[in-house]
Amino acid sequence: MAEIIHPRFQRPLKAPAENLGEVLKFGPENPLVLDSGQRLAPLTIAYMTYGTLNEERSNAVLIVHALSGDQFVASTHPVTGKPGWWDLAVGPGKPIDTNRFFVICANVVGGCMGTTGPGDIDPSTGETYGPKFPVVTIRDMVRAQAMLLDALGIEQLLSVLGGSMGGMQVLQWAASYPERVFSAMPIATAARHSAQNIAFNEVGRQAIMADPEWRGGNYASTGNNPSKGLAVARMAAHITYLSEAALQRKFGRLLQDREAVSFGFDADFQIESYLRHQGMTFVDRFDANSYLYITRAMDYFDLAADYGGVLAEAFRGSKTRFCLVSFTSDWLFPTSENKRIAHALNAAGANVSFVEIASDRGHDAFLLDEPELFDTIRGFLSAAAYTKGFK
Amino acid sequence: MNDASKVGSAIALRPDLAAIADMIPPSTRVLDIGCGDGALLEYLVRVKSVDGRGLELSQHNVNQCVARGLSVVQGDADTDLGEYPSGVFDIVILSQTIQATERPRYVLQELLRIGKHTIVSFPNFGHWRVRLSLALRGRMPVTRTLGHAWYDTPNIHLCTIHDFLALAREVGARIEQTLSLNERQRTRAMRPDAWHPNLFAQGAIFLLAKR
Repeated sequence: MAEIIHPRFQRPLKAPAENLGEVLKFGPENPLVLDSGQRLAPLTIAYMTYGTLNEERSNAVLIVHALSGDQFVASTHPVTGKPGWWDLAVGPGKPIDTNRFFVICANVVGGCMGTTGPGDIDPSTGETYGPKFPVVTIRDMVRAQAMLLDALGIEQLLSVLGGSMGGMQVLQWAASYPERVFSAMPIATAARHSAQNIAFNEVGRQAIMADPEWRGGNYASTGNNPSKGLAVARMAAHITYLSEAALQRKFGRLLQDREAVSFGFDADFQIESYLRHQGMTFVDRFDANSYLYITRAMDYFDLAADYGGVLAEAFRGSKTRFCLVSFTSDWLFPTSENKRIAHALNAAGANVSFVEIASDRGHDAFLLDEPELFDTIRGFLSAAAYTKGFK
Repeated sequence: MNDASKVGSAIALRPDLAAIADMIPPSTRVLDIGCGDGALLEYLVRVKSVDGRGLELSQHNVNQCVARGLSVVQGDADTDLGEYPSGVFDIVILSQTIQATERPRYVLQELLRIGKHTIVSFPNFGHWRVRLSLALRGRMPVTRTLGHAWYDTPNIHLCTIHDFLALAREVGARIEQTLSLNERQRTRAMRPDAWHPNLFAQGAIFLLAKR
């Protein structure tokens, strides 16, 4: 167990405030009205843009990020120094071509990369929100994004795209603001979080809350983070993003820098070492309370529940063009969940495509180099642009 | 190239598909069931400005269609038509597919329910070559339009023009237009209850509507 107690875990999380991209601030007169009934103000939204908005303001594409994502979709991450999380798909000449489209990506409400979240100061107390931060929902995240678009003067998006929790936001966008969404691509997602997925999230949350450094969520003033708990949460979650086949292919029973097992609890196996590394690097860029809040938002997501339990009603009369994508080996957001959405859209008479891509890389496939995904995105966006009437 | 804007009007369609395309007024709402690689659908969307959708069994074909910018879902005509609301499409197309469905009668009823008009095309099993193969050679026919051996054919419910006519009448369809397709892939109007198209036509195209 020695390896997991790493000195970096004891370091306080420092957001590099000067590097958060563009920032939009809403004062107390412009609160974000939350599903819980609470009002969040002031509100800061940190976002990145790529490409140029055309004169007609018709080429805006919103990318919405997943649980551990952020606004740095196609630029170097200010903390890790790594390429953007969807660098493969977004950029000049890439499937989401920034030579043609004006791409926007904002950190979600509750996040920890500049948009207001539990790590920020509560103006009513002058102290960090911590556990007093209101519980936010997927719809709240989307509402905040709509405020951002209003401020940017963008009436209608050419497309909204996102995977996993990003896909949930895409669905919520199409349901809440159908007239503002010309086309929508929810990838590897679900219209409701399943019992299994809630269960995995709960394991992660319990790991964080079991860390003595969590201190009921009030760790900001201590200078320490519940990094051990957060690392374990990330390790458990990371397994769900992969597939058994991918793990076996990549790691099998290979040993880590040794000839034989150590008859101890060191990371004998490469898979252990890999997961520990995933946990350790995650805590450098993510806040434990944000992890609690964002996983909760995913758990609460059940789009049909807002429409009398009938998912099709969420899309009744929608003119949005949809394209759903799933991956064969994704057991976290399996094809069946994505197909359920396709069926509901068909029942609503909506314009829908559904693509299942063969990949053995599990849920994470949506972030990886999957040529069939890229062809789908390229074709779908080109057709949307063509239909909307610009080249 | 996937760039939808560059897919122009110079799309050459197979003659039977061109005949179907001719039956479809511009700017209508069309569902193509068993749309394959999307050739007809793409033509209809680009050239006739229809609001086109597809349903296709093969995931590989679906992915190709979507990459071409078409709206297509993976699904099975035998099981998935039930989820489509009634009368939402002006025209539903079932091209060269009905003979491969498990429940042709159910599928035809569903088509009539979903579309204000329905176009069905199919190979004619009454064609003289088919009859000759079975009558004289005593072997299951393998022809240009029916190119599979009996043991690996997807065509499990083949019919003649007269057979299809009988089914259409049985499910209460109004027959609005009928075309025969000859061996040179030329189409012409036909009387579906006459004896000669049933013997000489390689295929047939029916335009139907619910009575």
